[in-house]
Amino acid sequence: MGTQSLLWNSVKKFLTCGLIGLTISDRYASIVPVRGASMSPTFNPRARNFTDDYVLVEKFCLKKYEFSHGDVVVFCSPSNHKEKHIKRIIALPGDWIGTTHNSHDDVLKVPKGHCWVEGDNSASSMDSRSFGPIPLGLVKGRVTHVVWPPQRIGLVERVFPQERVSSFK
Amino acid sequence: MRLLSYMGQWKSAAKEVLDRTAIVAKFLCLLHVTNNYLCSPTLVYGPSMLPTLNLTGDVVLAEHVSHRIGKVGTGDVVLVRSPVDPRRILTKRVVGMEGDTVSFYVDPMYSQTTVVPKGHVWIQGDNTYASSDSRHFGSVPYGLIQGKVFFRVWPPDGFGTLEQ
Repeated sequence: MGTQSLLWNSVKKFLTCGLIGLTISDRYASIVPVRGASMSPTFNPRARNFTDDYVLVEKFCLKKYEFSHGDVVVFCSPSNHKEKHIKRIIALPGDWIGTTHNSHDDVLKVPKGHCWVEGDNSASSMDSRSFGPIPLGLVKGRVTHVVWPPQRIGLVERVFPQERVSSFK
Repeated sequence: MRLLSYMGQWKSAAKEVLDRTAIVAKFLCLLHVTNNYLCSPTLVYGPSMLPTLNLTGDVVLAEHVSHRIGKVGTGDVVLVRSPVDPRRILTKRVVGMEGDTVSFYVDPMYSQTTVVPKGHVWIQGDNTYASSDSRHFGSVPYGLIQGKVFFRVWPPDGFGTLEQ
């Protein structure tokens, strides 16, 4: 009798913590691991590390969907909704972005409500250069800090190739 | 002497306030999880889904389980985050899934055919004359789907599941 109520109490506590954790990670912030080297050297600077980098993702940006050039964001892949990718926003709606398509230089206008994302490691990154601009609705959070490993804890800077983007507002 | 008794009362009152706040916080978390992962009521309005949904507004129940397990298919009415404005949620019907060939009329004379790319869906409003949908902004990624509408709660004469 005593162990049954003890078990029930632990289950209730576990469920409550789960609900609170899920709410906080959906509405405020969560910590996610970075897989792959497409954002080297910002995340996972050497391919053969023992552990992946862990970063803090904030969800306050999802109230207004206002992003700046150079923000690193987490988004659902447009070709597989179950995968999430981490890339940097290079161009916002209405910007003109310079790309190279089949060795031809081209200039694209980013449509309304979309953004152009690229990985910092251009050599090995599947990004907007292959799947085009993505709707901002696919963005699930903005990366603000690196929290692991301890020697690389710090703010994630906003940098982007200004020479390839022009915004006429 | 009296100071000690005041401190004791204040401490027990503070503890009670903390307990009540904890209950409210836990309830709000439960509400958030239910609204985002199970089922939520939504007010939908606009002319683009006539005659299925009314112009002046219906309250419908949308479930958020099917789209996470990939069970959204052709003919479902879904809530979709607009690819043109991420702050707006649209209510449209799924007309084509990935790999399907979709034909639509650009103007009354000329029809166009496209294949829906992998990971995307083609959505259209039931009222094709007053709906801005995939015919204007193209296929939308599956990841923009927020939920599937399955039941109407208000107005009372429309209570029940939606027609196909």
